[in-house]
Formats: sequence, C-alpha cells, structure tokens
Amino acid sequence: MTLLDFARGPAMQIAIIIFVVGIVWRLVGVWALRQKKDLSEPRQKGAWIGGIKGLFVHAWPYKPFVPKVGTQYIVGYVIHLGLFIVLIFGTPHMLFFADIVGFTWWTLPGGVITAVAVVTTLALFIALIKRLVNPVQRMISNFDDYATWFVTTAPFVTGLMTTMGMWPHYETGLAIHLLSVWLLLIYFPFGKLMHSFWFVVSRYTTGSRFARRGGMA
Amino acid sequence: MSNTTVTEIELDFESKRFSVTKPEERFDVQGDMTDDERIEKAMVNFAKDFGRVSATYMEACIHCGACAHACPFYEASGNPRHTPIWKLEPFKQAYKREAGPLAFLYKTLNLKPKVTVDELKEWQELLYDTCTMCGRCTMICPMSIDIATLVGMARHAMFHAGLVPHELYTVTAKAQKEGSPLGATPSVFEDRVEWMGDEHEVEMHIDEDQADVLVLMSSIEIQKYPESMAATAKILNHMGKSWTFRTDGYEATNFGMLSGNTGWQKDMSMKVIATAEKIGAKLVILPECGHAYQALRWQGANMYGKPLPFKIQHISEFLADAVDAGDLKLKTVNKSVAFHDPCQVSRRGGATPAPRKVLEALGVELREAESGGNMNLCCGGGGGVITIHRADTLRYKIMANKFRQLDSTGAEMMVTSCSNCRQNFDESGEKLSWGKDMNSLLELVAENLVEDAKR
Repeated sequence: MTLLDFARGPAMQIAIIIFVVGIVWRLVGVWALRQKKDLSEPRQKGAWIGGIKGLFVHAWPYKPFVPKVGTQYIVGYVIHLGLFIVLIFGTPHMLFFADIVGFTWWTLPGGVITAVAVVTTLALFIALIKRLVNPVQRMISNFDDYATWFVTTAPFVTGLMTTMGMWPHYETGLAIHLLSVWLLLIYFPFGKLMHSFWFVVSRYTTGSRFARRGGMA
Repeated sequence: MSNTTVTEIELDFESKRFSVTKPEERFDVQGDMTDDERIEKAMVNFAKDFGRVSATYMEACIHCGACAHACPFYEASGNPRHTPIWKLEPFKQAYKREAGPLAFLYKTLNLKPKVTVDELKEWQELLYDTCTMCGRCTMICPMSIDIATLVGMARHAMFHAGLVPHELYTVTAKAQKEGSPLGATPSVFEDRVEWMGDEHEVEMHIDEDQADVLVLMSSIEIQKYPESMAATAKILNHMGKSWTFRTDGYEATNFGMLSGNTGWQKDMSMKVIATAEKIGAKLVILPECGHAYQALRWQGANMYGKPLPFKIQHISEFLADAVDAGDLKLKTVNKSVAFHDPCQVSRRGGATPAPRKVLEALGVELREAESGGNMNLCCGGGGGVITIHRADTLRYKIMANKFRQLDSTGAEMMVTSCSNCRQNFDESGEKLSWGKDMNSLLELVAENLVEDAKR
C-alpha cells in the first residue's frame, strides 16, 4: 500500500468517522444540558424572529465598531470565502466529491483557484501574525488557536505545492495534501473549528433571548 | 461562612472618595475556608445555573479579541487583562475540564489544569472591579456571546468562595441585614418620604393596605436624590393612581444579584414580590435604577419560580405609556438634551425607546450621542463597581471618555434614567471638573407637569 493508497483509503475513513462522531458528540453534549425556563414576562412575542435576525446582524460589526474591527472581519471573510471557493469550485476537489455523491458541477479555472488559494493563505498568515503581535489576542490565545491555524493552513500550503508541482514526488505530495485535510477533519470536533456550528447556535440564542426583552440583537 | 471580611489594607470609609488616588492592589477574602473548600464552593456555585445557553457561549468563543474594543474598561486602560472574555478565563478552563462534552479528555490528559485559589483571587479584580455587566461586548462579538451573563455566574462562584471585594461585600451584607445597602432602613425611608411630602407639598401614600401600584425606590434615591420620591408621588397623584410606598418592600436595589449571592438575591426580590402580592398590586414601578430593573423585571419571576402576578415597569416605561395615553401633559422644555442610556434598562433591558418618547413629549431637541441607545457607552459605575474603592482610578478614566462622548453632542442638558449612573456622573464630574449636572428624566417630567391638564 502506497502512502497515497493509505491516504485515499483507511486514513480517509478514519478521519471521516472521527469528524462526524466528534461533531455529533460535542453538539449533543451541549444540547443535552438542561436549561431553566425563563419565567419573566416577554416584552414581545416571536423571539425566534430575533434569533434569525441575530444570525445576520453579527455578520458585520455595528457602525461604531467598524474602525476597530472592520479589517479583522475582512481578513476573516477572505479566509472563510477562500476556503469555501477552493473546496467547492476547484476541479480536482469537485471530482473527488463527485466520486462520492455521483454528480458533477461547474468549477472555476485552475488559475483562479490557485490565486484564491494564495490570497487565502496570505490572509491566514496575516491572521497568525496579528494573533502573535496584538497584545489582546496574544494573551487570550491558547494551544487550540495555533493548532486550528496549523490544520487550516496546511491543506492550503500542501494543495498549492501539489498544483504547482513543487513536490519531488507528485503522488507522495498528493498523499501529504490529502493527509493534511484528514488532519483538519480529525482535529475539527476538538477545537474551535466547531465554531462552524456554534456561530449559528450562539447568535440565535442571544438574538432570541434579547428579542424577548426588546433590547439589543 | 462567617460574616467577616478581611482585607490587607486599612480602609477609611469616612474620608471623601477622591482621596483614594492610588488604591493598592489587594485581594479581599471572606470566611474561614481552606483553599480546596473555596475552589469547591466556587465550582459548585458556578455550575448551579449552568445550562445549555451558558455552555453554548463557553464553546463558541474563537479568541478573536474583538470584545476588548467594546469594553469601556479596556478602552480606558488599554490593558489586555481587561478583555471581556479573559475575565472568564478560569471559569472557561473549569468548564472545559469539568463539564464540557470533552471534559473526560481534558481531565484525563490534564490538558486544562485545575483552577487554583490564587487564580480566583487574581480574577477578583477582573470579575468585580472591571466589569459592570453592561453587555456592550455582546454587540461586537461575532459569535454574539453574552459575556455579561457569564460574569454574573462567575460572581456566584466568587461570592460563595468568599472572594468578593471588601466594600461590595460590606454593603451587600448590610442590605441583607438591614433591608438597604446604604442605611435606608424602613424608619429612615418613612422619615424621608414624610420629609419630601412636606418639603414639596405633595401627598404621600405610605403603607396603604391595598393599592394598584407599588412604588419602589433605590437607596441611592432615598439617601442622595430624595426628590425622586416627591417627583414620583406628584406624577402618580396627578394621574389619580391608587399607589403606595411600603416600608416592608421599598428597596429596589439588589446587591445579592450584584455580588453574586443568589440566595440573598432571592430574599431581596421576594420581599418586594410578597409586598406587592399582599397589597394586591397590579403594577410595580421600579425607580431610576438600572440593575434594579434587571433584577426584578427580568430575573424576578425566575427567583419566584413562576410568572409574577403583576406587571413591572421601569419609571421611564411608565412615563412613556402615560404620555402615549394622554395622561400626562408636559410643558415644553426649550433645550437641547443628550440622553445617557443606562445599560441595564436600554441595551440589556429593552426599554430604549421609552425615555425617547418622554423626551419627545417634553419637546426637547434630543441630540443622540455617537454610539448611543443600545450601543451606549457604559458609565463604568454599575454592577457594584462604584462601591469598590480600588476601582476608582479606572472608573474616572471611563468617565472621562463618557464626558467626551456626551459633550460632543453640544447639548445644553444631560439627562439619564438611572440614579446609580447619575451618582457616578455627579461624583466623577466633581472630580474631573466636568462643570455639568446629570439630570433625572423623572424629575424633569415632574418639574414640567401641567397640573390642570387632566382631572
């Protein structure tokens, strides 16, 4: 079994199992906790509307905060959108998923994907530098923050190396790229990558709790 | 736990507040407990109200640090320790180690070390001196984490572990013992009600057996701004309401909530709730006090264990409704006004439109400050912070920012609807030579009431 066979076979299976079971475990672990009912008289009905609103209003900072965190948000969006575009609209990725789901879809030219991947990687490095330099972020950061950065950046770097033919041995390079993605999946349920789920739950929770009161979103 | 509180520096409660220019670093400790007992009490009491909502918030943080930029304390100090989410660090650690879905991993592999008493002592300043639970951090948080609620829970832990700042503990114990944190005992209250009635020639109702409206006062008003009592009476009399003050349930402040003792919080709320039930009140009016609104309006029913059999309104909401119903006719005040929104009434209470409606009825030119309304900058004195002497220096810095914010409106008159904010403005204004007064919305209404408009 070559490294590529391992990456395409058992490594992938193990990674996906840990990814799915881990996510379910962590979500259920929190949702299964009891929650005391709020007995105060709501100011208004339809708190869920505030919850839905909460999902969107926090997608961009309120005006007074834009000068302070606007750039940080932009870097965040570049990383998230870059990840999404490369993952879904990169031809090799589409073909990989098509094997599993049984249908194909439109993709972007390789050059565009490479450019997006380069920009995203740069944004990831900017985020890392800020975390290391900014006194607030440096103080509140822990192992998870750096580990998350590493497992997110590694697939971009290895992917770019594969596309650009930078590996001495292509198949091994491709295997390393695949393994870096499996590492991301394996780490996903254990760290803050789970914010992919929590952001919905948390924003909805606050939005609906405060819509009851009639105050902030 | 015994009712003793120990501090390492000598305190002088009698001297003027501004004499404390360089408060010394200190950790206050109450009761005789071993370190292990303190930690255990802290964790048990932190976990007591822990549920799905708090766990979601604990899980959701991505350590982006944005919350620092919304926090008045961080903005004033520039100290990264004042980053709101950092104020919860030991409790985040404890959650991950003891309660989260991956606790077994964290504990077995010791990935998150056990919280120590020294850490909690260090965090006393962060949880009490540098957080008013104003909730502005939630507004900036991309995950919308309600850090203020978590700080409240962390305070439950700190109180039961005997790690409350000395002054806050003292006033809380006094409130529990005497019914009021500032010495406004029932007889003092009764005297002052009577005095204000005579002084302002307004009919006072006190200890009526039955009334539709029970009116509460905060000890700050009773002791420092007693005109509030006369103003409220004047308005209610004018509207022909059946109302009363009661000596068995008048204190609106809830230091049980602020300090973190839920048992005392319940006692303090239940005193008012029982009184309202006894006299058959349909409405309880809360005075110009931010956290009192939070304590009774939004937490009262949860203390009671069932929905309350009466309505609760902040005085600004009551006035807004009265204006809407045409029950109050007001003289026009030809002035420009800047309004300071009390966090617990506006952002966290939902009553933001009420004072604006009242100000509109007063015909003033309302000049909204930048980042006002739900986004308002906190005055830095709420959540018990104003009681803590060692917090003074930073509180004044916050106030300097606050003064700049309000002054930039160019308004002639400053108005708020929280007597704790008002007290902070007055005291800091004197210290920083602001040269302006903070006015009460309620008193402004009472002064400009057209007496023969109705009835």
